Amino acid sequence: MRFDTVIGLEVHAELATATKIFCACTTKFGGVANTQTCPVCLGLPGALPVLNKRAVEYCIRAGLALRCEIAKFSKMDRKNFFYPDMPKAYQISQYDLPLCRDGFLTLDSGKKIRINRIHLEEDAGKLTHSTGTERYSLVDYNRAGVPLIEIVSGPDLSTPAEAVEYLEKLRRILEYLEISDCKMAEGSLRCDANISLKPAGQEELGTKTELKNLNSFKALSRALTYEIKRQSELLAAGQAVRPETRKWDEVKQKTLSMRGKEETQDYRYFPDPDLPPIELDPAYIAEIAVSLPELPDEKKQRFMADYGLPEYDADLITGAKRLAEFFEAVNARYFNPKAASNFIMGELLRLMGEEQLKSAEIPMNPASLGDLLKLIDEGEISVSVGKKVFARMFQTGAAPEEIIKAEGFKQISDESQLLAIVNKVIKAHPQSVQDYLGGKEKAAGFLVGQIMRETKGQANPQLLKDLLYRELDKLKD
Amino acid sequence: MRRISEEDVKHVAGLARLNFSAEELRTLTDEFNRILQYLAKLNQVDTMGAPPTAHVLKVKNRFREDTVEPSLPRAEALKNASAVKDGSFQAPQIME
Amino acid sequence: MELCDLTIHELRRLYARKEVFPSEVLASVIRRIHAVEKDYGAYLTLDLEGAVEQAQAADVRIKAGKPLGVLEGIPVAIKGNLCQAGRETTCASRILQGFVPPYTATAVRKILAQGAVILGHANMDEFAMGSSTEYSAVKKSKNPWDPLRTPGGSSGGSAVAVAVGEAIAALGSDTGGSIRQPAAFCGVTGLKPTYGLVSRYGLIALASSLDQIGPLTKDAEDSALLLNILSGFDPMDSTSVSGKKVDYTRDLQQDLSGKRIGLPLEYFEAGIDAEVKCTVLEAVELLKELGAEVVEISLKFTDYALPAYCIISSGEASSNLARYDGIRYGKAAARIEDNLNAFYIRTRSEGFGPEVKRRIMLGTYLLSAGAYEAYYKKAQQVRSLIIQEFNEAFQQVDVIITPTTPTIAFKFGEKSQDPLQMYWSEVCTAPVNMAGLPAISIPCGFSRGLPVGMQIIGAHFTETVILNVAYQYQRVTDYHQARPEPVRQEGTV
Repeated sequence: MRFDTVIGLEVHAELATATKIFCACTTKFGGVANTQTCPVCLGLPGALPVLNKRAVEYCIRAGLALRCEIAKFSKMDRKNFFYPDMPKAYQISQYDLPLCRDGFLTLDSGKKIRINRIHLEEDAGKLTHSTGTERYSLVDYNRAGVPLIEIVSGPDLSTPAEAVEYLEKLRRILEYLEISDCKMAEGSLRCDANISLKPAGQEELGTKTELKNLNSFKALSRALTYEIKRQSELLAAGQAVRPETRKWDEVKQKTLSMRGKEETQDYRYFPDPDLPPIELDPAYIAEIAVSLPELPDEKKQRFMADYGLPEYDADLITGAKRLAEFFEAVNARYFNPKAASNFIMGELLRLMGEEQLKSAEIPMNPASLGDLLKLIDEGEISVSVGKKVFARMFQTGAAPEEIIKAEGFKQISDESQLLAIVNKVIKAHPQSVQDYLGGKEKAAGFLVGQIMRETKGQANPQLLKDLLYRELDKLKD
Repeated sequence: MRRISEEDVKHVAGLARLNFSAEELRTLTDEFNRILQYLAKLNQVDTMGAPPTAHVLKVKNRFREDTVEPSLPRAEALKNASAVKDGSFQAPQIME
Repeated sequence: MELCDLTIHELRRLYARKEVFPSEVLASVIRRIHAVEKDYGAYLTLDLEGAVEQAQAADVRIKAGKPLGVLEGIPVAIKGNLCQAGRETTCASRILQGFVPPYTATAVRKILAQGAVILGHANMDEFAMGSSTEYSAVKKSKNPWDPLRTPGGSSGGSAVAVAVGEAIAALGSDTGGSIRQPAAFCGVTGLKPTYGLVSRYGLIALASSLDQIGPLTKDAEDSALLLNILSGFDPMDSTSVSGKKVDYTRDLQQDLSGKRIGLPLEYFEAGIDAEVKCTVLEAVELLKELGAEVVEISLKFTDYALPAYCIISSGEASSNLARYDGIRYGKAAARIEDNLNAFYIRTRSEGFGPEVKRRIMLGTYLLSAGAYEAYYKKAQQVRSLIIQEFNEAFQQVDVIITPTTPTIAFKFGEKSQDPLQMYWSEVCTAPVNMAGLPAISIPCGFSRGLPVGMQIIGAHFTETVILNVAYQYQRVTDYHQARPEPVRQEGTV
């Protein structure tokens, strides 16, 4: 029996506002426990929430970028449940009237994934469970009240690969909008998945399970793959899938049952009487729409069209907004897109990876790379020397000319100087010369290598080749 | 109108994190039924077309600017806690 | 008559002329507290040392001729649900025992900024749930007109303190009548402002869409003076209203000719004590003599306001009171097992009193999956109809007058055994909260030796109008100046 897989994702993104959603405490990540709290986010008796305007704006930015309808009338609701990380024993969220609904995101295949809703809510504190014999949990409320958006997709994803692509595209969009850091490792981007199987072609959806603790793209992919296998085995054996919440166990590489749906909480949603409704002026929404940046897919298409980049390059470079901006700045200084792309993909990303830098922290000036590319194209230095210069630029931030001068990297383009070296190498390797003359083209390559070695890689490669072949041709006669 | 049973009241007590003795539960169930009967009076009102009111005034769009202000000193945040450990609030462990 | 029996406006005049100084007034208040507090139980906590310091500082300012705050050197009680930094604030509940807020309620901050001398937290029904102060987990407050009777509630302690001179004025809070009903029972003036006029920040919530802070005073003029300070937009309360600053004493002196008073028939029908009804109608006659025009009106939804109020207030309360779990503040149960849920249940079951539990249970049920549509949403819809009906009535009339309470002060135990009986105490006042309207209760006579309160309701933000009517009534009557027995005795000592 063949099955179709139906996947929907619920993605939570922490908004990159300066303050929490309902109070003026900082949202900075990694502060000392319980140093970023106040009566409001601690849920002290009598304290009241006041909604952060920027959080609303960011949610709308996400909505507009994901082609949602923005609600003319929206409100905040209370979701009631007891948990020590939720200081008021209710979470302020949005129930039936979210800020954004009915949008979509397009995969590379052209398939549209519906976005059912995007709503605004508050994050919970952080719990740390004791590991020793004494059993307790410690609560840090620094994160309590950090603004979140929850983006709920339709059940439109059919494979783990599609789910990963959707999440990656979503991540890029949120990053481009500059509304979230989207760091899965720090929990600023979190993902839950709903997954069910049904006999191929059947309309009606099967019983779904909800997967939690998907803290990386890899975890998402593996958990879905595991769950497809588990559910299809159950169904193939004529057994039912239990409607339940399952947790991805990173160590066991398995999903494990957390709780059944029959234990589902009754959240007793009702409109929060402390927060008046949100009725946005269409002009305000239009203003936000106009301010939206070019989004990753549009940028990628433009990079292919305007810069003539191959799709692979365009995809990689538009993967992070800062990187794309860097690329454009390099080309604004000196136009050679493919060379720029090669340096960015090959050198820059490698060095940043070694230093564990994020794309927002590129430690060099794009104009300098433009200058470097120009020097290479003008024959001042070779590409391989250029890479060395680039490494220095990356480390010191110095201009390429300075490095070339200081390190004596300048390319040897002086014909008489280079000719002397060519003749010296020809004289030193008679066997190779004979081989070449005997028809072995490869032998010339060896000689080029030897000349480069003599010149510490600084020989102008075109000139070198010209001279070498000219001298060898002379010997033919 | 369906009578509320002791089981129903017990379920609500679970949601509210409250515990009642058997006798309290009996009394509460009786009171519940009397109160609900009184509240059911509202069924006499034709509310067709009446929007539900959550806020009496037509206040809307109350926002604050995204400007950081100092938080409470940690000692102040923790001073009312029933148990504190390593600068955090200590809670009994959750049983999943 | 002692200094502690004077009003704010009287004391302000004496201070201005430097005839009397705050320390003397405070000393008088403290003498009264020592004489009667043990019998009448107005206070949960007293901070007399702090008050003495504040009063002395006010003395210095007055003597130095410095600019004075409106409440400079005026001893004031605040209800036990108003947070004051560094002062234990418990809502008269076991579960908040030991809770010392790190912040001060906006209303309290404002009166402090005007020089008020805060005496302490006044007794109340636990979490403001009740109409007799019998549900205080701490102590009983007694009605100064008859110690066998309750002072009303939930702001019972505030009303008692003002009635017997244990404070010059007090702050209370009103969700369904909690300022006006005890004011009526104790013979003082109690004002519930329009919803949103006074910031709720720092008021420990009962039902957020209904709660308002307001003054309990000896007369309408003091009420206006306090409202001048309390009112105004607070960026910390999203439901507080921004608008032009109004001087609430502005229209006190206006005569009543041409004022239209509406008498809603439904508030004078079955369930209202006959003597109460007559007393209020007599008062209305007097207003007529002062030039007001009286018209009978009908408020058809009156009968439904109380059940709708019960649903909304208990629903909101169940959510507001979920945070008391013993972890961040308040009295926690012993940690005898490693089970969080059991800890929650023990903390809450030990910490809340029976009425609070009953309302949490009711509210939890009314918001739960099966009941929300049938009860909660229905009540919200009925609320819209109530608002609409009041708005229409105020097209015809300037104020609406009703009895504040269906009966005079009742005896201890008379209603506390039957929740529905207790809820009925708010039948005339709760509709006003449902519509977010302002209303004032003023003493308008006696029945069987106990004060009767008249409720004057206005349209949204027409506090100047209801204060005008109240002031003009008090100008020609002396019910508000009548003092209960303990004061008369003490006054002659």
